[in-house]
Amino acid sequence: MAAANAFKNIMTWIDDRLPVTETYEKHMSKYYAPKNFNFWYYFGVLATVVLAMQLLTGLWLTMSYNPTGEGAFASIEYIMRDVEYGWLIRYLHSTGASAFFVIVYAHMFRGMMYGSYQKPRELIWLFGMAIYLLLMTEGFLGYLLPWGNLAYWAAQVIVSLASVIPVVGEDIAIWVRGDYLMSGVTLNRFFALHVFAVPLMLIGLVVLHFLALHEVGSNNPDGVDIKKYKDAEGRPLDGIPFHPYYTVHDLVAIVVFLFIFSIVVFFFPEGGGYFLEAPNFEMADPLKTPDHIVPVWYFTPFYAMLRAVTFPLFGLEAKLWGLVIMAGAIAILFVLPWLDRSPVKSIRYKGLASKIFLGLFAISFLVLGYLGTVPPTPGVTALAQACTAIYFAYFLLMPWYTRAEKTKPVPERVTG
Amino acid sequence: MKRLLAVIVASLPALVMAATSGVHLEHMTPDLEDKASLQRGVKTYLNYCMGCHSLKYQRYERTADDLGIPHEMFLENLVFDKSIRIGALMDNAMNTKKARIWFGTASPDLTLVTRLRGLDWVYTYLKTFYVDASRPFGVNNLVFENVGMPHIFMELQGIQIRKGCKELPKIAANGGEMRDPLTSKAITEEICGSEIIDRGFSPLELKPDSGKLTVEEYDQLVYDLVNFLYYVGEPSRLDRERIGVYVLFFLAFLFVFTYLLNREYWKDIH
Amino acid sequence: MSEDGNNHSRRHFLIGATSVVGAVGAVGAAVPFVASWNPSAKARAAGASIKVDISNLRPGEIMGPFPEWRGQPIFIVRRTEETLKNLTKLNNTVADPQSQRESQQPSYAQNEYRSRKPEILVVVGICTHLGCSPKVRIKAEPTSFDENWLGGFFCPCHGSAFDLAGRVYSGLPAPSNMLVPPHYYESENIIVIGEEETS
Repeated sequence: MAAANAFKNIMTWIDDRLPVTETYEKHMSKYYAPKNFNFWYYFGVLATVVLAMQLLTGLWLTMSYNPTGEGAFASIEYIMRDVEYGWLIRYLHSTGASAFFVIVYAHMFRGMMYGSYQKPRELIWLFGMAIYLLLMTEGFLGYLLPWGNLAYWAAQVIVSLASVIPVVGEDIAIWVRGDYLMSGVTLNRFFALHVFAVPLMLIGLVVLHFLALHEVGSNNPDGVDIKKYKDAEGRPLDGIPFHPYYTVHDLVAIVVFLFIFSIVVFFFPEGGGYFLEAPNFEMADPLKTPDHIVPVWYFTPFYAMLRAVTFPLFGLEAKLWGLVIMAGAIAILFVLPWLDRSPVKSIRYKGLASKIFLGLFAISFLVLGYLGTVPPTPGVTALAQACTAIYFAYFLLMPWYTRAEKTKPVPERVTG
Repeated sequence: MKRLLAVIVASLPALVMAATSGVHLEHMTPDLEDKASLQRGVKTYLNYCMGCHSLKYQRYERTADDLGIPHEMFLENLVFDKSIRIGALMDNAMNTKKARIWFGTASPDLTLVTRLRGLDWVYTYLKTFYVDASRPFGVNNLVFENVGMPHIFMELQGIQIRKGCKELPKIAANGGEMRDPLTSKAITEEICGSEIIDRGFSPLELKPDSGKLTVEEYDQLVYDLVNFLYYVGEPSRLDRERIGVYVLFFLAFLFVFTYLLNREYWKDIH
Repeated sequence: MSEDGNNHSRRHFLIGATSVVGAVGAVGAAVPFVASWNPSAKARAAGASIKVDISNLRPGEIMGPFPEWRGQPIFIVRRTEETLKNLTKLNNTVADPQSQRESQQPSYAQNEYRSRKPEILVVVGICTHLGCSPKVRIKAEPTSFDENWLGGFFCPCHGSAFDLAGRVYSGLPAPSNMLVPPHYYESENIIVIGEEETS
C-alpha cells in the first residue's frame, strides 16, 4: 500500500507540472475507438512499429557506415561481415524499408475503402499523404547509400528527370547532384538528408497525424459516427477504450507481423531480388550501366506511368508529360477528400460505381507495379497506358460517380 | 496484400528468365554444411584465382574459422605471402593496373560474385570455356561472350570445342521428341548455330583425354569452388538461418500469450 | 465485466505471462544492438600481436611508439646498468615500487624492473591518469619539472611522471604504473607483443 501511495504522490507531483496522466487518458485509456475495427485497421500501428524499428536500426547503421564514394560500398560489407550482428541490423533495415511500404500502401487503401479521408478527417489524410511523400523521399535517398550500381543508375535517372523541366531543368539536376554526375558529393548529401532531415520531418508529421486523428476520433468500416450515441457518462456506446482493448488487440497483430517479417529477414533477406537487387552487389560505376534499370519495387507503379507516356501532346515532349503524369499521380491523392462527393463514407454503403472504380483502381495500381519491373515492350506500354488511364479515372470521375450512384442506407450504429 | 504477393510471385519467373539470356544455365545446389567441399573450394580459389581476383571484403581469419581450418595450418598451406597476418582482408591480389595492361580490363573482386550474377551463372561460366582462336587468350565463353580472361582450368578440364552443328532429336509438332515408330529410336536432325542453344543443348564438346581431370572430377572442382564463393558472398548465412529458427519459435510462443490475453479482454466487448 | 469469478486472476496471470515473455523478447532483441558495439573483426585484426626485432636497440635507447597492437603506442627501452641502479634509488619516490597493483602488468613483470629481462622494458605509452600520451624524457638530467630527473616519461597534460620502469612518481595525478602489455621472447632478439607465450 505504501508503494502505491508513493506512486500516487509522485504522479500528482508530476501532473501538477506536466500533463502526463491527462495525456495518457486522452490518448489511451479514455480514447474511445469504434469496436468494429477489422483486419485493415492493424496497419496504422504496424507502420508505427516499423518506423520505430527503422529509426533504431538506422541509427545503429550510421555507427559503422562510411558516407563517401570510396568507402560506402565497402562499409556495408564491413557491417555485413566484421561488425557483430551487423548483418542482422542491416537486413532489418533493408527489409524494414520494403515492409514499410507494404504496410503504408495497405493503410492508404484502408482509408480509401472506408472513406477515412472524408469530412472531418481531411487533415489526417493530408498529413498522411505528406508522410507518404516523405517516406518515398526517404526510401529514394536511403536506397543510394549502399552505393550499389543499380541504385546509382536509378538515382541518376530519377535526378535527371528534373532536367526535362524547360529552361532551368539541367541546372536543377546539377544542383541536386552537386556535381556533373552522381558522385560522392551526392552520396554525402543524400546521407545527411536520409539520416537527419527527413526522419525529423517524418516524426513531426506522424505526431500531427496522431493528434489530428485523436481530435476527431477514428473512422470505422461502417463509416458511422460513434459519437452520435453516448451513454449517461458521455462515452460513445459503440466505442471502447483504446487501452486495454486495442493495445492487446494490436499486440497480437504486431507479433504476427514480426513473425512474417522475421521469415523474410532471416530466410529471404533479398526478397527474391526485389528487396535487395542483384546488380546492387556491385559497386557504383559511372562507366557501366546495368542492362536493365528499374527502381526499387515500391516506386514501380509510378515508374510504369512515367514510361507509359510515349507521345508528345499540346506541343510538349513525351518526357515532360511523363514527369507531369507521374507527379500528378501522387499529387492527386492529396485532393481525394474534395473529390469524393458521396453522402456515405464506407465502401459498404456506396453504390456499384464506387465499388467498381475502387476495385479497378487497386488492380491497375498492382498491375502498374508489376509492369514497372519488366522491360518495356509495346504490349507492356499499352497495358501501362490503360492502367494509368484507370488510375486517373478513379480520381477524376469521382465527383460524378459518387454523386450519381445510388447509395445504401447507413445504419445508425456500427455493425458486427 | 494478397494480390500484391500474388503479383510478386507471378513476376519471379520473369526475373529468372531475364538473367539467363539464352544459354541454359546449369543448376547447382550449394551446401554450406559440407565443410570438406568448402575447404577444397578455398584451396582451389587461393591456388588458381587469388592471383588476379581478390576477396577484399572477407578476412582470412573468418574464412579459416568458418571452414574449420586452424589458423596456423591455413597460413602455412594456403597463403603464399608469409607477411600476411590471419586477421587481414583477402586483398593481396595483383593490383588492378597490371590487370588492365595484361587483360585489358581490371580483374574484378569476387567476394560478391555469386550474389551479383547468381550461383548457376558462375557454375556454368566456369564450365563453358571453349577454344576460340580469334580471342587474345585463345578461349571464349558461352555465358560471358568475349570474356577477357584466360581459361585458368584448361589444363585440368581439357579443351572444349564449340560445334557449329550438332545432331539433335527432331521435335514433333506436339513438342515431344520424334521417334521412329518401328525402332522407337530418336529421329535426329542437324541443327546449327545459336539454335542449338535455343533448343536447350550445349554446343560444346570436350576433346577426349585433353585434361588432367575426368569430367566428374572437374565438375566437383567447380562445384566446390562455387560453393566456397557462395559462402564468401554471405559468411553469416548459416548463423542467420540458425538464429532465425529460434526467433520464429519464440514469436510463436509469444503469440500464444498475446492471443489469449486479447481473447480474455475482448470477452468484455459485446 | 464478465460474471466469471476466475476472470480477474486469469487476466492478471495473462498480463504477467505476456509481460515476462515479452521482456525476454526485448532483452533478446537488444543483444544484437549491444553486441554490435564490441570491437569488430577489423578492430580485432588491428589488435593482433606484433613481432619486434630489438637486435639494433642499443643500451640507453628507446624504440617506438609502435601503434600496431590495439592502436596503442608501445615503447621498448634497453636500459643501461646505471639506469637499473637508478630504479632501485627511486624505490622510495615512486608510488608502487614492487608493482603490487596486478592489473598493470603480467605476473612475470611484477618486479622492480617490471620486465622479463632486467634491461628490456616493454610498456604502453599511455598515462594512467586520463589517457594522454606521455613525452619520452629518457636522459637523466635536470628538467623544468624535476631537478633530479633520472629519465623516464613525463605527461604534459597533468604533470604525471614515470620512471624508466613505467612506475609512477608518488603524489602525482596518475594512480598507477604504466601498463606492461603481455609479451614474450620468441628468440634472443624477437619480442612478440600482444599475446602470452603458448607452450
